[in-house]
Amino acid sequence: MPSSELIGTWLAAGLTLFCFSFLYKDNPFYKFAEHLYVGISAGYWTSLEYHNVFRPNLWDPLMRLDLNILFSFPRVGFAFMWQSLILIIPFAFGILFFTRFTKNFAWLSRWSMALIIGIFAGIAIIGYSTGDLILQIRANLLPLWTGNWLSSLNNILLTVGVLTSLIYFFFSKEHKGALGAGAKVGIWFLMISFGASFGYTVMSRMSLLIGRIYFIFGEWLRLIK
Amino acid sequence: MRNFFEKLEKLDRRVIFIFVGIALVLPLFFPLNIKFSVTAPVKSFYDAIESLPPGSKVLLSADYDPGSMPELWPMHLAALRQLCKRNIKIICTQLWATGSPLAERAFNLVTVGEYHKQYGVDFVNLGFKEGREVVMVSMGNSIPQTFPTDYHGNKTTDLPIMQGVTNFGDLAMIVNISGGLPGTKEWVLQVVSRFHIKLASGCTAVSAPEFYPYLQSGQLVGLLGGMKGAAEYEQLIGITGLGKRGMDSQSVAHLVIFFFIIIGNIAYFSMKLMKKEKE
Repeated sequence: MPSSELIGTWLAAGLTLFCFSFLYKDNPFYKFAEHLYVGISAGYWTSLEYHNVFRPNLWDPLMRLDLNILFSFPRVGFAFMWQSLILIIPFAFGILFFTRFTKNFAWLSRWSMALIIGIFAGIAIIGYSTGDLILQIRANLLPLWTGNWLSSLNNILLTVGVLTSLIYFFFSKEHKGALGAGAKVGIWFLMISFGASFGYTVMSRMSLLIGRIYFIFGEWLRLIK
Repeated sequence: MRNFFEKLEKLDRRVIFIFVGIALVLPLFFPLNIKFSVTAPVKSFYDAIESLPPGSKVLLSADYDPGSMPELWPMHLAALRQLCKRNIKIICTQLWATGSPLAERAFNLVTVGEYHKQYGVDFVNLGFKEGREVVMVSMGNSIPQTFPTDYHGNKTTDLPIMQGVTNFGDLAMIVNISGGLPGTKEWVLQVVSRFHIKLASGCTAVSAPEFYPYLQSGQLVGLLGGMKGAAEYEQLIGITGLGKRGMDSQSVAHLVIFFFIIIGNIAYFSMKLMKKEKE
């Protein structure tokens, strides 16, 4: 194993043990690992965003921009000029974010925020309406009798589950009588789904622990072949 | 009996940690080889890749970080092995910045190390792009414009594998290894319904229940949920990785947790009954 990899493995193993020490009780070793993680993550993300996003997408193209283009509009044409200068708009919106540090102009940062929220909301609405709402409704319109007992039972369960869960979330009328009974059945379906989610969550957390244990005993101590 | 239940109710959580720890460690040293069957969502994932003609191009989006490696790394490696075995060309992207070094490591380990595939011809790592859903939609218009250079700084349009690739229409399917957001949900919502391309997902167990409705509606062609999904997939491919190795520990730990839940409930209800009787 190269020495750099060896040092990395020992460091990772040490930090893993520091983190595990929290299982006994809070202690300075755990706190050290926690702070180190937060610090390194912040530094890593800042550097990454600068080199992967800010520089290639905005700063470098802006630096390559020939400002004479502003005075040669008739010669180069509007389209070319627009293509070159369009980067100034996101640059300006980016600068507006820093107005948050001033009392008098902090409100200007809301413009940048509004632009981001607007774009993401627009994209999300299209995605959710076409990908989630319509297709999921269509997927739930199932025949209750398919000619096969098992698949018919499956479809009936699915339909009853959807309808009763929807009834549970219908709050415009008091949950009494048939509506109350439907809501109660809906709660059962919801509880079963929460149970399944919790089971999967336990499985996920156990997997992460297995990963770390395998690292300690396999890659670090080399006790597992 | 009352004393026993009282002690059980006040049991130090560290005792449970020790039991769970032992349950996880021992099977790694002494494998039990507990048998498990391959479920339909995993089989569909495998079949979807198997059905692709050799030479077709697949987008592999590695959207995860080292935090979810124990669950997703085994399925990432297994997917690469199946794709290489089938001679399918792999175009890899990442919507998680921390996914780039992992994708690179996986390529070195499997694609180059085991199958001796050529970079730029058989596979390419286009790297990370910030922008989440915007990147997905942008790839629907033009992949080379969204990723003008690859992870190593090469011009995308100069690479042989990228010849004839403009957008999702030129790809056979998408394989997404998803650690959270952005991941499978966003691929389904932004790409599958809009660009009508097949999507197979390998995800963490936490997010798997959320994706089952997409499998039922046909928006996903296959689903690997957590380490169990990875283990089943490894079984289909015919390899033993961390997925299969971890399943014994997983099963024993589940039994221990199951035992503690039952004991805890017995103690809780018995104490409640005893208090009622006392009153």
